[in-house]
Amino acid sequence: MKLASQAHVHAETLARREQFDTAEQQRDASTLGMWVFLITEIMFFGGMFLAYSVYRTFYPQVFAVASSSMNAVIGATNTGVLLCSSFTMVMAVRAAQLGQRKAIITFLILTLLLGLAFLGLKGYEWTLKFEEHHVPGPSFHLDGVDMQGPAQIFFSLYFAMTGLHALHMVVGVGILTWLLIATYKGKFTAEYMTPVDIAGLYWHFVDIIWIFLFPLLYLIDRHLK
Amino acid sequence: MITTAVAEREHYLNASYGIKSWLLTKDHKRIALLYLATITLFFFLGGAFATLIRIELLTPQGGLVSSETYNKLFTMHGVTMIFFFLIPSIPATLGNFFLPMMIGARDLAFPRINLLSWYLLVVGGLLALFAMLAGGVDTGWTFYTPYSTTYSNSWVIATALGIFVAGFSSILTGLNFIVTVHRMRAPGMTWFRMPLFIWSMYATSLIQVLGTPVLAVTLVLVFCERVFHIGIFDPALGGDPVLFQHLFWFYSHPAVYIMILPAMGVISEIISVFSRKPVFGYAFVAFSSVAIAVVGFLVWGHHLFVSTQSVYAGMVFSFLSYFVAIPSAIKVFNWTATLYKGSISYATPMLYAFGFIGLFTIGGLTGLFVASLGIDVHVTDTYFVIAHFHYIMVGGAIMAYMGGLHYWWPKMTGRMYPEGWARLSALVIFLGFNLTFFPQFILGYLGMPRRYHVYPDEFQVLHVLSTAGASVLAVGYLMPMIYFIWSLRYGAVAPANPWGATGLEWKTASPPPVENFEETPVVTHEAYDYSTVMGEVIEVG
Amino acid sequence: MTMSQQVEHVDSVTTYAVVWIVLLILTAATTAVAYVDLGAFSVVAALTIAVIKMLLVALFFMHLRRSTHLTRLVVLGGLVWLMILLMLSFADFMTRGWTGVPGR
Repeated sequence: MKLASQAHVHAETLARREQFDTAEQQRDASTLGMWVFLITEIMFFGGMFLAYSVYRTFYPQVFAVASSSMNAVIGATNTGVLLCSSFTMVMAVRAAQLGQRKAIITFLILTLLLGLAFLGLKGYEWTLKFEEHHVPGPSFHLDGVDMQGPAQIFFSLYFAMTGLHALHMVVGVGILTWLLIATYKGKFTAEYMTPVDIAGLYWHFVDIIWIFLFPLLYLIDRHLK
Repeated sequence: MITTAVAEREHYLNASYGIKSWLLTKDHKRIALLYLATITLFFFLGGAFATLIRIELLTPQGGLVSSETYNKLFTMHGVTMIFFFLIPSIPATLGNFFLPMMIGARDLAFPRINLLSWYLLVVGGLLALFAMLAGGVDTGWTFYTPYSTTYSNSWVIATALGIFVAGFSSILTGLNFIVTVHRMRAPGMTWFRMPLFIWSMYATSLIQVLGTPVLAVTLVLVFCERVFHIGIFDPALGGDPVLFQHLFWFYSHPAVYIMILPAMGVISEIISVFSRKPVFGYAFVAFSSVAIAVVGFLVWGHHLFVSTQSVYAGMVFSFLSYFVAIPSAIKVFNWTATLYKGSISYATPMLYAFGFIGLFTIGGLTGLFVASLGIDVHVTDTYFVIAHFHYIMVGGAIMAYMGGLHYWWPKMTGRMYPEGWARLSALVIFLGFNLTFFPQFILGYLGMPRRYHVYPDEFQVLHVLSTAGASVLAVGYLMPMIYFIWSLRYGAVAPANPWGATGLEWKTASPPPVENFEETPVVTHEAYDYSTVMGEVIEVG
Repeated sequence: MTMSQQVEHVDSVTTYAVVWIVLLILTAATTAVAYVDLGAFSVVAALTIAVIKMLLVALFFMHLRRSTHLTRLVVLGGLVWLMILLMLSFADFMTRGWTGVPGR
């Protein structure tokens, strides 16, 4: 084994921190790291998707009635809102790739607003659920089913899954805010825009979770109603 | 004899001073030592619970503690040992310290996330410790519902939160290791030139990343059920408690491979060095690590054999459980073949390695017993299972951890430990361990249930033997505590390569400089190429 | 093995806009289809559309089209592991009661 005579301790910059040899290595590592993190998120949400699948299989009628009581208009609107936010997010990433600071800021702000709109609609939806006595607990009641227990399970899953998703949205909003400030301060260039890139990956992932949550929670056998 | 050379040369331990330089460090080597201190504390805490359990079990009627307290003791013993000692142990200490060095890197890919991982373990540990001090948790470390979600009056939420936070420590460590191995190997360090310890750490990291999130979400659901009363595990609502068991064991079975795979990696290193031979069947050992990680995810239902899991699923899980034993067996065969015609020296690490091979084999073979549906119906939830997993976790994983600590101690600290005392404590640990746990196989076979502190009189002799063994074992574990600390000041100064080992970590000074290597290594040899270290062998006793 | 998108390739606005519109159309489709009685096929339709939307977001918005093999392997691994969790658990839930023995 030989020791190479390449200077290997260098001054640290944002684009090339001291543990990395090249900026490209750092970029690759950061991207790979975010993707590995996203698959941990797949497994994290996956546990709830298992619970949902099991109980939907056990109680198909109850789940259908419960799902029909969801507000499909809000659900579909929120889906559209998130899809639009994914579009604005990828446009922000594209702007970052091109080094267009003003465009990054514009698209990040749009993404942020759409994300907040999603959270607002979700909050409103939850208050509706509260008023309709669909929150699990002593005052729970769902019309149209005999088995109130499984109906409560549906709504437990609804609140747990959309709650966990909303929590991820809140974190996403926080990340976007940080990105906005950093962009405003001129931290990113076409050569170094990795944080925008990987934040985009996170945002799209959270969108993908919702892409599955929407039909599974809001659209079970709507034709029966 | 202490020379002044060590004090003058700058290395990672003396490059900066003060508590901030440790608590805000980004150096993987310092973080490894932070972990070492933390998990050692948790080890002795878990050991304290074990001591109380073993004392209680000296008499058939119990009497030292109430049943409720006994429930808390075995729960907290399990929680502490598994989540706050064994899961982090080798990865967070030896892995953190040596993974970057063994592949020729200056640090892990994400040093600050590495530090965050340590803080998460500490916070999680403090939460669990709070729960223990506030009154304890009595659900068993397995938290089965609906007891944990509805009926237990103990500190389930705090404990679950603590484990949840510690779980993210594990996830982030695994993530860091995966990216580091993929992206930061030195020039010439191809996958098949990496030491087998790295293969084991990589496979372990895969498990950490894919399995732990499921535990996390399961704990979230238990939390929600207890706090918000939104329940999905409650039979009164039509929920299925066995769903909890599926979710829990989906992680907790692969978790045992998180605990054993790094140990196997350490053994590969030690056996090679102290036989002065390359590991036989390198590729088989490397691939078997990955195979264990993958197949280990397919067997969790063997923990549900006596639940209402369907018999057909039981058969599938049983078959797969036999299958997962094969890669482990391959390793044992390869280690044995490595020893064959090797130039064997009996330094302390090697004594631990020998102990590992014997005890892990026993533990692994008894795993086949419990993998059999018919046998498991009789021995599940008895001391047979307890003996089985302690043979692997303690006789296997902890012995390998001790072996690794001794092996790499000179590199980490620049000091040799005292060989005579170290060999003695290895022997004491081996004897104490067998006296503690072999009687438990017999107890379990005879029908002694686990988690009971009141038992029929005829079991007392075996329990007394076991407790006697536990006291010997405790002495065995205390001895290294003393002599390791002693060695920091009075141990012989260690050269760069006291064992004549191959591997990049031995090419740099003991202790290493902050950036690990003076210059980035370029690798041109296979792993375990002893022709490259001729003349560096030091005879050990 | 590199992923230097900013040096190599920047997708066009049109590409992103088209994908965006398709995603919105698919959302409308999945909503509409829910009101049609397709029996057991309803869930298949819903999941199929969801998977297509996921693929569009992943391939185009998350740049998986241009990722390294390793990245794609990582994503595939995650999805496979999710399938293991779901399917092997269902090996239990789907086969309960097959023996005709109560509780088995």
